[in-house]
Amino acid sequence: MKIGVITYPGSLDDRDAQRAIKLAGGTPVPLWHASDDLKNIDAVVLPGGFSYGDYLRCGAIAAQAPATKEVIKKAEKGLPVLGICNGFQVLVEAHLLPGGLIRNEKQHFVCRDQRLRVENKNTRWTGMFEQNEEITIPLKNGEGGYIADEETLKYLEGEDLIAFRYLDVNPNGSMNEIAGLTNSAGNIVGLMPHPEHAVEPGFGPDTPVATRSGIDGLRFFQSVIGQVVG
Amino acid sequence: MFKKKTVIPSGVDTTKDAKSNEKDQPWAELGLKQDEYQSIKEILSRRPTSSELAMYSVMWSEHCSYKSSKIYLRQFGQKVTEEMKKHLMVGMGENAGVVDVGEGLAVTFKVESHNHPSYIEPFQGAATGVGGIVRDILSMGARPVAVMDQLRFGDVNHPDTARVVHGVVDGISNYGNSLGLPNIGGETVFDARYQGNPLVNALAVGVLKHEDLKLAKATNPGDLVILFGARTGADGIGGVSVLASETFDDEGPSRRPAVQVGDPFAEKVLIEACMELYENDVIAGIQDLGGAGISCATSELAANGDRGMEIQLRNVLLRDESLTPEEILMSESQERMMAIVNKKNLKRFEEIMNKWEVEYSILGKVLSDEKLVIKWDDEEIVNVPPKTVAIDSPVYERPVEYPTWIDKLNADSTKDLPRATDPSEIASQIIEIASSPNQADKSWITSQYDRYVLGNTALSMPDDGGMVRVNEESGLGITMATDANGKYCQLDPYNGAKLALAEAYRNVAMTGAKPRAVTNCLNFGSPENPEVMWQFKRATEGLADACMEAGIPVTGGNVSFYNQTGDVAIYPTPVVGVMGVIDDVARRIPSGWQDTGHNIYLLGTTKDELDGSAWAEVIHGHLGGKPPEVDFQKEMELADLIHGANIQGMVASAHDVSEGGLAQALVESSLRFGNGARIWLGELMERDGLDLTAAMFSESQARAIVSVGREDDVKFVSLCEARGVPVVRIGVTDLESSALEIQNVADIDLLELKSAHVRTLPELFS
Repeated sequence: MKIGVITYPGSLDDRDAQRAIKLAGGTPVPLWHASDDLKNIDAVVLPGGFSYGDYLRCGAIAAQAPATKEVIKKAEKGLPVLGICNGFQVLVEAHLLPGGLIRNEKQHFVCRDQRLRVENKNTRWTGMFEQNEEITIPLKNGEGGYIADEETLKYLEGEDLIAFRYLDVNPNGSMNEIAGLTNSAGNIVGLMPHPEHAVEPGFGPDTPVATRSGIDGLRFFQSVIGQVVG
Repeated sequence: MFKKKTVIPSGVDTTKDAKSNEKDQPWAELGLKQDEYQSIKEILSRRPTSSELAMYSVMWSEHCSYKSSKIYLRQFGQKVTEEMKKHLMVGMGENAGVVDVGEGLAVTFKVESHNHPSYIEPFQGAATGVGGIVRDILSMGARPVAVMDQLRFGDVNHPDTARVVHGVVDGISNYGNSLGLPNIGGETVFDARYQGNPLVNALAVGVLKHEDLKLAKATNPGDLVILFGARTGADGIGGVSVLASETFDDEGPSRRPAVQVGDPFAEKVLIEACMELYENDVIAGIQDLGGAGISCATSELAANGDRGMEIQLRNVLLRDESLTPEEILMSESQERMMAIVNKKNLKRFEEIMNKWEVEYSILGKVLSDEKLVIKWDDEEIVNVPPKTVAIDSPVYERPVEYPTWIDKLNADSTKDLPRATDPSEIASQIIEIASSPNQADKSWITSQYDRYVLGNTALSMPDDGGMVRVNEESGLGITMATDANGKYCQLDPYNGAKLALAEAYRNVAMTGAKPRAVTNCLNFGSPENPEVMWQFKRATEGLADACMEAGIPVTGGNVSFYNQTGDVAIYPTPVVGVMGVIDDVARRIPSGWQDTGHNIYLLGTTKDELDGSAWAEVIHGHLGGKPPEVDFQKEMELADLIHGANIQGMVASAHDVSEGGLAQALVESSLRFGNGARIWLGELMERDGLDLTAAMFSESQARAIVSVGREDDVKFVSLCEARGVPVVRIGVTDLESSALEIQNVADIDLLELKSAHVRTLPELFS
């Protein structure tokens, strides 16, 4: 199972996404933003970071990169795509997912171990979760406030396209506590929290059992691998 | 509108002109003293050109030349044994020290100040502080892997403090997060003595393979000198000489144009481009551009290689075409590097630059003769021996005077301060201290920093040290911790500096790592004040002696003088950073309790040491007396014990006891994971002859609290006894309990305690 990870100038968590894919049993394939060669991958991750320095708007320039344009084409044909943080912003800017992401309500960057509810387990990236399972995934962003017009929100709620919702605390002022979305085909998932930082015991979020032992993020990658292989 | 404060002669002043005509030169405005200007003339046997004057003025500034501190910094290289040098690959004098950590890997780390710019323009000052130290690490051939910051702000209630706090934290957050470097720890202290002189120190750590080590040297004549990264603009001109080397006057922040502006995106791309240059072995030497810009990079590269250089200044890519040659030489534009590249590698160099879309220009070549020649079109505007600029700067033995006020301060001890006798009063003091700005939870700040990126963070704030894995296969890791207690140093700079090392050393040991090397950032008032120079002299002596006693060397550091407004200097604040090594980060020790029924032990001896303590400050608003005693023999015994017990898997948690005493340590270990405990103090008080106040709040050194599983009890206690570390059981963890129950004192509800501990900073600054 080959999963691509696109590196844009300013990508930060690209190597972390590669590590997560490896730990989940997949083969990470580094992809370069300037090339439209996706190297026959079976799925792709758009990683976190500040692509192109977040100039213009977060993700706006990356949405125009040759690699992204190719991803858009293939996503429409069903390629599983996971956009994490800046990658979610890219998916929104590329109109693969609706709405927008704005500066956090409190105007500060926020880094915290975030509780989430899995609202939709019927996607390519969430199959290994239970419906409504509560998980902890690190969140770190400055512009993660999800917004959409009323009609879009109604559509998202009605069609079950909200993949994850914030629990306990709404860290960035997102509408309807939206942490992540999927498309109606379920192959595209975008979220602000970082599943690739909850994959390895000792380096994830704290749990009541032991310091930094949370690995809820691993199942994102196992889900897509399990489904494609199976 | 950009208004130039410094007057620099316009038009091109050539070496030919300098030989044929004398003229009045603005050496004083550029921060040079009369005798310094005179010695430049002697070196050159003529007056300097205006470009040469610009170069000497920035390179001979206090910030770049260490002219007032050099004679004291030498001790760090002299008070060392062969044993201490065992792991040292690069010592002081380079961009950063490099230490072997095993498995073919080395770690480079350094802490540097960006104090003055951060007062004038807190956001950019702090941001470029991070950027600058990261480039220092990068220029050693290392991949930067983590940052930390050491902050001192004024009084929380002063109207200007919030401006500085918000700007500095935002600046660090914005720059560090955008670079993709985890922020793994640091310090934040508030005190009126830092009003108008906040301290913003930034530390960066990098990892490299031994063979990738790079030095800032140009050794091979004919090699190309290439400037790459951001374009050169008007920012930071005169920043070094005018800003960092003069005391603020009462007008406050008015020198805004001299603060540099950072672009973390450009730096992130620069890091990746440099990593690719190193992997492909493309460069022969490299130097970052920070203070003093091109003047510094060219003269240091040439001087370190015993060579010269010929530079065509017209080739520098500019953001602002109107810059004069002098301004180009002095500009401190960020995100620039200078590489020495052999001609045969030029193509590969260009390919990597093009891949990352980094701009570059070839400025010239390395010369065999020791002369630095800079041209502006066909005119020669600089022709100097590079060592006279970069190395042979003036050295001052400034007057030193014992401050007589210190006797009175030392005599004013805490022994006459009233002590609580009523247990409920002790309980409320515990909460008062835990919620005081300096002891309160700092997550309002640290939650604005990314601690996860790179996926190797094993420990970070609020644990005792920041730990990162450096080898993903073996689990090899390092811990960094920093400390400086300005109040202790005000009472006694010699022992205060030793205490800073003692606490950083202890913090590293508490995480399970073995301390290996030291960096420092020495923040002081004006060196022109003999009493400040006495503080500096005593602090450096203390630190050098302490390193000798602890057996770990100083690898590099930074001095920041002139942290004073009018006559009022900051507390002497020698920030000391210790790096330690741990074989496998899986053996990390957390600072809080996570298991129930574990015994809690206090290690070390508690004395009645309350002078300079958090208790004296918070409860009585008092500073006087003498700081706690420091004994490195005991610190090392404690560190070795923790290391030995941890290898045998006995230590479930460990937390050092320092500011706020045992009470604060218990509060922090309890709140780390929100778990309660039952504590009794009778045995401790009887053994060490203490009253309740001393038992709870004394800041005696070489102490720690550890939690140990019941099954390891006997083994642990006998290990302590065998190693001669005093041990007393003071309690047991209890996850069923929602309180910190201190027998005969109070049951402190954890939710209330947490709320008091956590809400202080948000209430002040949100």
